[in-house]
Formats: sequence, C-alpha cells, structure tokens
Amino acid sequence: MSVKLPDKKFSIQIAGENALIIYFTDPDKEKASIGVKNTEQIIRQSMSGALSNDIIDLVPSYASLMVMFNLLTTDHHQVRIKLRRLLTTLDEILVSENQSKDSALITLPVYYAEESGPDLAGIAKRSQLSIAQVIDIHQAQEYQVYAIGFAPGFAYLGEVDMRIASPRLSTPRAQVPKGAVAIADRQTAVYPNTSPGGWNIIGLCPVNMFDANAEKIMPVKVGDKVKFTAISKAEFIALGGKFTDVEGYFK
Amino acid sequence: MTISTGFLVKQAGMLSLIQDAGRFGCFNIGLTNGGPIDLRSFQWANRLCENPLNTTAIEVNLGGLALIAQLDTTIAVTGAEMPFTINGLSKELWRSYQVMAGDVIELGFSTQGLRCYLAVADGFVVAETFGSTATVCREGVGGLNGGKLQVNDILPCASLKRAHNLILPSILRPSYSNNVTLHTVPSYQQQSFSSHQQRLFYSSEYTVSKSFDRMGYRLEGHKIACDIDGILSEGICHGAVQIPADGQPIVLLNDRQTIGGYPKIGAVISTDIAKLGQLNQGGKVHFEPVSMEQAHNYFHLDLSCFNRAALVHCD
Repeated sequence: MSVKLPDKKFSIQIAGENALIIYFTDPDKEKASIGVKNTEQIIRQSMSGALSNDIIDLVPSYASLMVMFNLLTTDHHQVRIKLRRLLTTLDEILVSENQSKDSALITLPVYYAEESGPDLAGIAKRSQLSIAQVIDIHQAQEYQVYAIGFAPGFAYLGEVDMRIASPRLSTPRAQVPKGAVAIADRQTAVYPNTSPGGWNIIGLCPVNMFDANAEKIMPVKVGDKVKFTAISKAEFIALGGKFTDVEGYFK
Repeated sequence: MTISTGFLVKQAGMLSLIQDAGRFGCFNIGLTNGGPIDLRSFQWANRLCENPLNTTAIEVNLGGLALIAQLDTTIAVTGAEMPFTINGLSKELWRSYQVMAGDVIELGFSTQGLRCYLAVADGFVVAETFGSTATVCREGVGGLNGGKLQVNDILPCASLKRAHNLILPSILRPSYSNNVTLHTVPSYQQQSFSSHQQRLFYSSEYTVSKSFDRMGYRLEGHKIACDIDGILSEGICHGAVQIPADGQPIVLLNDRQTIGGYPKIGAVISTDIAKLGQLNQGGKVHFEPVSMEQAHNYFHLDLSCFNRAALVHCD
C-alpha cells in the first residue's frame, strides 16, 4: 500500500550536531500543534522499537519538535529517514482535527482580583472594559497547551481573546509569585514558581504547576486543553493557595 | 544508602556544583541538561579515579574551594589551571592522589581556563533528581539541595583507596587558549541571514562579554542582522547560536532555557563547547562553518582519541 507523503505539512531541518527539528507548517496553529503532539507520541512509542537507543530527548513546542539523537548509535541521515517514515504514517492524523486520545481538559481555579492581579486594572483600562469583563473573557474559553519551557513546568497557553491581549510590561518584575496567572500578547500562563517575569498578572492559581515529588509532576502537558474558573479568596486559601507570600511582590 | 561522612566543605568557592554527565529526557517538562561544561575534563577526572564516566563529581568554577577529607579515599582534579594543594603542599592536576581523613584539599583561583573537576573514587553519593545529580541553580534542581555548594556541606562518599595512582601524560591533556575557533553547523534559521551576514559572522572576531555563565556566553563584535525579528518559540540545542535584535551572538550552553524565540544561525559542535566554556571575559572567539558530516567526524575522532588515550601508573 502506498502512502502519500504529507510534504506540505512538515519539514525536517538541522538544529545541531545531534539534533534535528521537525517544523509543522500548517498555517492553522492548532493543527500544527496537534501535529507536534501526535508526532511526539508516535516517536515515544517507537523509542522501544525502531528508534531504541537512538533518541536522547524530544522538545515539543508551538509548531516544532526537536529530536536529539545519540551520535554513538546513529547519524542524522538515519534519523531523518526513520522520522520521515514515521511521519508518513501520521498523514491522516496530521490533517485531521481530532485531538489525540490522551489529550485532557484540565480546569485550573483562579482567584481573580485586584489584590491578586495587579495588572487587571491596566488591561481593563487599555481595552476599555470593566475588570469583571476582563475576568469573564479570560475564563470564557478553552486554551491549548502549545509548549512547556522557559522554566520547569511553565506552560504556554493560547490564544487569548484579542480584547484582553496585552504586551509585556516595559520593565519586568524582579519577582513574580508562584501561581501568578498572567497574559503576554495572546498567550497566558501560570507561573510554576517564583521567578522574574514581564507578563501581566491577573490572578493567582492555587494548583501546583510543577511538583518534583508528585506522581504527576505537572497537571498539564503539550496538547492538553486548559480552562480557568474563578474562585473566591476563601476558596483560594482552602485549596492551599498562599496569599501572604505574594503581598510583597506587587508593591 | 545513607552515608554521613565524606568531605566537609570548608570554603565553598565562587560556584562549586555537584555534576554528573547531565539530565536528559526531561525537556518536555521544561528541565534543561545541566552537567559539566567541559565534559572531557570531567570524564578524565573520573577515569583517574577509575570510575565509570558518568560518576558524580564537582565542577569548580573560578576556584576557591576547600574541602576537609573525613575518610581515606582517592581524588583527582582536572581542567583549568588552578593552584591545587593537599595539606598546603602543591599537587598536580591530571593525576590521582590518595587522601586520608583530616587532609585539607584546596583549590585556588584559575590562572588559565575557568572550570576544574574534582572527582573521588566511586563518586559523591547524592540522590538523583529526574534521573541525574546535575545541579541547575536556576531551576533549583540537583546537587545537595538544588544549589551550589555551601560552607559546612557534607559531600558523602565511600572510603575507597584505589590500588593505583594514575596520571594523564601531559601530551594528552587539553590546553586552554584565550583565542578559540568554534566549529559551527549552520542550522535552524540560517536561511533568514543573508549570505553577506553569514560571511560576516564566520569571518569576524568576537569577544566574550561580561555576561557569560553556564546558561550561555554573550559575545561582542560585528553585529549580525537577521531578516526576521523572532520565531515561534522552539527547542534550543546545546551550542545553538542565538542572534537577538542587537545582533550580538549568544552561544547557549548546558543550563540554557529549553525553548526560545530568537533566530539562530547555527550550533557549535560539542567538542568545541569546552573551549568556549573555559574562556573568561575578553576571550576571543571565531566561528567556522562545518557540515553535519564534518561535525560527526570531529565527534568520533575526538571520542576515539579519548578512548585510546591511556593513563599511566605513577606509583
């Protein structure tokens, strides 16, 4: 049986001495992201078969998947051939809009308020909305997990409604507290740990986004969907959220 | 296994880090590699202690580390030229020594190169985090508690005197130059750099700026222009050369962020990373383009030399 190559859907380029990067070229961001997710999955499955010992690490992102290989067992030609073969089997899935079967919808609670979201007022003013409208718009939709990176457990979610999209702060904060829910352009995210950051903070999430000791290290993975839901300050604290820790950061 | 004895940190030094060969397979949750910047020197330190190559050792950045042995064992120091003494007596790098409980091991500050590796027989016994003991301070992962060594830390290890004192003949030791050529595979967004800009990049001399660390080396020199401002964030490999809007290249090393959105012109090959990583501010850098095939060839030649190089007994 012949399988047609989905040439227009991906290209494989060199990243470095032991790394290739597969770009998913579908102009529809969500389809490209599904391509990344499905390819990552199929490569992980092949790592016990056709690609055993050959693959060191995989780095999924928005529309690309970097494949790091083992120079002791293979070279870039062989990896490229094997990847091409795997990707052709993905043809149907790549073009289908069906979510891969292990994608989940995760709901993250957020305490949205001016005391927990110091940039809410600024976003509302810029977009000529009320603070309540900004909050409603942020929790109205499901977001795709496009990438995880920058810091352990930092998940890039998109895309935020145009009305509340906001440029990064001109001066990043030296400290953004753990759990801060924030917007940058059309991306939104929950800071997994206290770190410097220039995103616009609109609330706090009590869920641990990265716990090295938990059985499930992260609540989300690339390809999942995330929905935010508003909770009160009391609920935030009841869910383990620590408000006292963050007061100093918003001065 | 719990060991409560080993080496006591008397002086922590500028930045002394517990490292094994690095953390792999965790990029999808945002964890980077860590591991020794000068991998070969790290491996030599382990070979001198007759350890497997991936055994946990200490990367001593700049110097200033002082340890007190609490047991009898074997150690070796390799890498940058750094004054090394046991009980105040000057010792050589690139060879193993027997030490006894109470001995004081001191490393001064590097005179050529930046990073040394101190290995001990059977390695330091540190719990693995995500499959590795490598310390990445930015992530708070690895080592004793996710950070650099602190005064009064105890570095647990076994009491193990090796039968031999070994030495790496001087002809086989790396030399650390202040002027290095980095072989670079053109890759990633190279097509977004005009052929003129690529020629400029590969013919210009760059200087290590004051911003350099285990995450990356920011260089100063001829500005390189790119046709695009940025890209969708994507995986960054070891050695990737990022060109941000100011046109000054940044070479990304072991503790790099896992994904990023600056255009990249290529990636430095692994055998040259140590040369860069041993440079201090003011060090000179040239880039030279190589094909993937040449890169693989350099890798295997270097590995073959390393595997064939034999340690010599010096007792």
